[in-house]
Amino acid sequence: MPPVEPIERHTISVLVDNEPGVLARVIGLFSGRGYNIESLTVAEVNPEQALSRITIVTSGTPMIIEQIKAQLDRLVPVHRVRDLTMEGPFIEREMALVKVAGTGEKRVEALRIADIFKARVVDATIESFVFEITGTADDLTRFIELMKQLGLVDISRAGAVAMSRGTGGL
Amino acid sequence: MSTTPTLTGAEIVIKALRDQGVDTIFGYPGGAVLPIYDALFKQNHIRHILVRHEQAAVHAAEGYARSSGKVGVVLVTSGPGATNAVTGLVDALMDSIPIVCLTGQVPTHLIGNDAFQECDTTGITRPATKHNYLVKDVNQLARTLHEGFYVAKNGRPGPVVIDIPKDIQFAEGTYKAPAECQPKSYRPQVRPDLNKVEEAVELIANAKRPIFYVGGGVINSGPIASRLLTQFVRMTGYPCTATLMGLGAYPASDKQFLGMLGMHGTYEANLAMHGCDVMINIGARFDDRVTGKLSEFSPGSRKIHVDIDPSSINKNVRVDVPIVGDAAHVLEDMIRVWKARAKRADQKALAEWWKQIEFWRARDCLRYEKTDKVIKPQFALERLRAAIAGRDDVFISTEVGQHQMWAAQFIPFEKPNRWLTSGGLGTMGYGLPAAIGAQIANPDALCIDVAGEASILMNIQEMSTALQYRLPVKVFILNNQWMGMVRQWQQLLHGERYSESYSEALPDFVKLADAFGGVGLRATKTSEVDDVIKEMIAIERPVIVDMCVDQKENCFPMIPGGKAHNEMLLGPDEKLEEATPEEGMVLV
Ligand SMILES: Cc1cc2nc3c(=O)[nH]c(=O)nc-3n(C[C@H](O)[C@H](O)[C@H](O)COP(=O)(O)OP(=O)(O)OC[C@H]3O[C@@H](n4cnc5c(N)ncnc54)[C@H](O)[C@@H]3O)c2cc1C
Ligand SMILES: Cc1ncc(C[n+]2csc(CCOP(=O)(O)OP(=O)(O)O)c2C)c(N)n1
Repeated sequence: MPPVEPIERHTISVLVDNEPGVLARVIGLFSGRGYNIESLTVAEVNPEQALSRITIVTSGTPMIIEQIKAQLDRLVPVHRVRDLTMEGPFIEREMALVKVAGTGEKRVEALRIADIFKARVVDATIESFVFEITGTADDLTRFIELMKQLGLVDISRAGAVAMSRGTGGL
Repeated sequence: MSTTPTLTGAEIVIKALRDQGVDTIFGYPGGAVLPIYDALFKQNHIRHILVRHEQAAVHAAEGYARSSGKVGVVLVTSGPGATNAVTGLVDALMDSIPIVCLTGQVPTHLIGNDAFQECDTTGITRPATKHNYLVKDVNQLARTLHEGFYVAKNGRPGPVVIDIPKDIQFAEGTYKAPAECQPKSYRPQVRPDLNKVEEAVELIANAKRPIFYVGGGVINSGPIASRLLTQFVRMTGYPCTATLMGLGAYPASDKQFLGMLGMHGTYEANLAMHGCDVMINIGARFDDRVTGKLSEFSPGSRKIHVDIDPSSINKNVRVDVPIVGDAAHVLEDMIRVWKARAKRADQKALAEWWKQIEFWRARDCLRYEKTDKVIKPQFALERLRAAIAGRDDVFISTEVGQHQMWAAQFIPFEKPNRWLTSGGLGTMGYGLPAAIGAQIANPDALCIDVAGEASILMNIQEMSTALQYRLPVKVFILNNQWMGMVRQWQQLLHGERYSESYSEALPDFVKLADAFGGVGLRATKTSEVDDVIKEMIAIERPVIVDMCVDQKENCFPMIPGGKAHNEMLLGPDEKLEEATPEEGMVLV
C-alpha cells in the first residue's frame, strides 16, 4: 500500500467574472466532487471589469488540493486561481459579530476580554453588547469560547478573506 | 437613433449558426422555440433534422460531431425538451464531445414563476455541461452564441447549453460577427512546456519495457494527431494499446498494436501495462475501467501523461512527467526532439520485451468456441468484419453492453472518427441516433449500429427519423434475449441470481422494422449469417438485423471489479479464485 497522504488545509483565492451562477458553479463543483469547504467568501473587487474575488478555505490530500485547483481553473468564468498556502506567506482574516448579554461582573469581564482581543463594541444596551472582532480563525474561536462563559447569545461569523504578503497581487 | 441594422433574436441565432459554419442541426420544436423554428423555415442554409426524442437529438449530434470533427448542434424547447436532452449532454460531457445545445426558455418576466413548461435549465444542466448560459439581453445573444461554440470545441471539448427566453427570440438587437467576440477568460493551453517534452523523450528513449497507452484525446485533437502518433510509435518500435474511446487513433492492423486495454481488453495489452517500465499516456484519463485496482496499477512504471485538461493529470494516478497540451502539438514536438537528438530505442531490451508480449499474445485471448449449433456473437461480428474489410467508409456505433465490448474487440479501426460509442456514461440508446448523426455527416458511408436487443429499445423511435431522411443506417442486433452484460455480472459476481435481466416480451424486430417502413432481416443459424450481412449492406434503406445469438455467451477477457490487471479472467473455464471481495463488489 502506498503511504496514506496527509490532509492539508489550503487557502485559495479565485478571481471570477461577477455574473449570475458563478458562485453556484464553484459550490456545485465542491459538492459534486465531494471536496470540503471550510469557508467561502465572495465579493466584487473590480466593478469596472465586473470581477469578484472568492476566498476558499479547503482541506484534502495534496492530490485532492491539486485537483480542486485544476477543476476551479477550468470553469469558464474563472480568470485566476492562486493557492496562497503554497505561494509563501499570506494574511488571513476572519470577522465575527458576537452578542453577549449579562450584567454585573460578567459584563465588565466581557468588556475587558474584548479589549485584549481588540474587539470593538458596535452595539450596547444596559444588558448586552455586540462586539465586532477581526483576526485569525483561532483568535475568533478563542474569543467566542471565552464569551460562552460570559453570556454569549449570538454569533455571526464571516469566512476567511486572505491575501499574499509583499508587493504581488492576484 | 442607431443606424446599425437590427435583427430579431431568432434571426441572430440563425446568422450566428451560419457564421459558425453550421450546416445541420438536430432538434424538436415546442412553444418556447417557435420563433427560432420560424426563422429556420425562412432560410435554406441550415438543415434541420427532426428527431423523435430530445435525448436522441443530442446523441445524433454527438455521432455527427465525432464522425466529422465538427461541433454538433441541438435545438430543443423549454421544460421537457430540455430535461429530455440532459442524458445526452452528460454523455457528451463524459466523452468530451463538442456540442452546442440551444434550449428555449419561458419569457424573461416569467422566469421563476413556475410558468408553463418552465424548468431551471441552467441549474439542471450546470453539472451536465462544460459551460452554460442564460441569455437575458438580445444584444448579448450573438456574443454568447459565438463564445458557446468557442468553449465547446476548444481545450477539452464538451457540451454547452445556451438557454434563450422566448421574448429574447422576438426582441430586436444588433448582431456581432465571431471576430468581434473574443472570449473573456477561457484560454486553454495547447502548446506544451518544451522542457517537459524533452524530459519525456529522454525517458522514452531509455525505456526497456515501454508502452504507449492512447485514448480519446488523440481523436479529439484531430486526424493529424493520429498520423503523428502512428509516426512516432513506429519510429520507436514500441507497443501501443488504446482505450475504448481511443480505438482508431492507431491503426488496428499494425503489428505494434496490442488491441484495447482495460476491463475487457486483451491479455497482452493489460499485462504489458502491468509490466511496463515506462508508460506513455497520450489523451487518456486513467479511467477505472482501465486501471482496475488502483493500488496495483502498473506498479513498476514511470508515467508520462499528455492531456489538454490539467484536471485529468494526477486525478487518479500520480504521474512522473505531466505534459499539458494538445496531443498533436505534443506529438509534433516529441518527434522533433527525438529526431534532433538522434534517439534510438534500446534494441536489445526492446526485442526481449516484444518476445514477452508475443508470448502473451499467443494466448489468443479473444478465442471463442467455434460451433455450428448456435450463432456466437463473436462469430457474427467476425463475419461483419469480413464483409466490411478494406472499406474506408464504414462507421460503427454501438449501444451499451456485451455487444459493445465484442464490437470493440472484433472490429478493427484503421482510422480515427469511425468508431462511435458511449464510453464514460455508458448510455444504452446511444447507438441508433449516433449512427443517424454519422450518416448525415457522411451521406455515402455505411453506418452500422451494433446493438443489443435491450439497448435498442431505448431509442428505437429514431427509426422514424432514419426513414424520414432516407438514411440507410443499419441496426445490427446481437439478440441474446438478455441484458447480457447484467446477466454476466450476476452470473460471475452475484451467485447466478438473475434478477430482472431477462428481456421478456421482446418485439419481433423484423416486423418492427417493417412497421417503421424499413427492412427487417433475421438469422438464426450460422449458415444464414453471411447472407443476412450481405443483404443488409446491399439494401439502401434502414435495416434492422435480428441476429439470434447464443444466450449464455460471456464477454472475456474480463478483469472483475476491484482486481488488478494480472488477475484477469480469460474464459468461461476460469473461476474467480476466491469470492469477489466486498470492496470489489461495490465497484460498478
Ligand atoms: C460496458 C462498458 C465497458 C467498458 N470497458 C472498457 C474497457 O475494457 N477498456 C476501456 O478502455 N474502456 C472501457 N470502457 C470505457 C470507459 O468507461 C471510458 O470511457 C474510457 O476508458 C475512457 O477513455 P479515455 O481514457 O481514452 O478518455 P476519454 O474519455 O476519451 O477522454 C479523453 C481525454 O483526453 C483529453 N483530451 C481531450 N482533447 C485532447 C487533446 N486535443 N489533446 C490531448 N488530450 C486531450 C481529455 O482531457 C481527457 O482526459 C467501458 C465502457 C462501458 C460502457
Ligand atoms: C440507460 C442505461 N440503463 C441501464 C444501464 C445498465 N446496463 C449496462 S449494460 C445493460 C444491458 C444491455 O443489454 P443489451 O442491450 O441487450 O446488450 P447485451 O449486453 O446483451 O449485449 C444494462 C441494463 C445502462 N448502461 N444504460
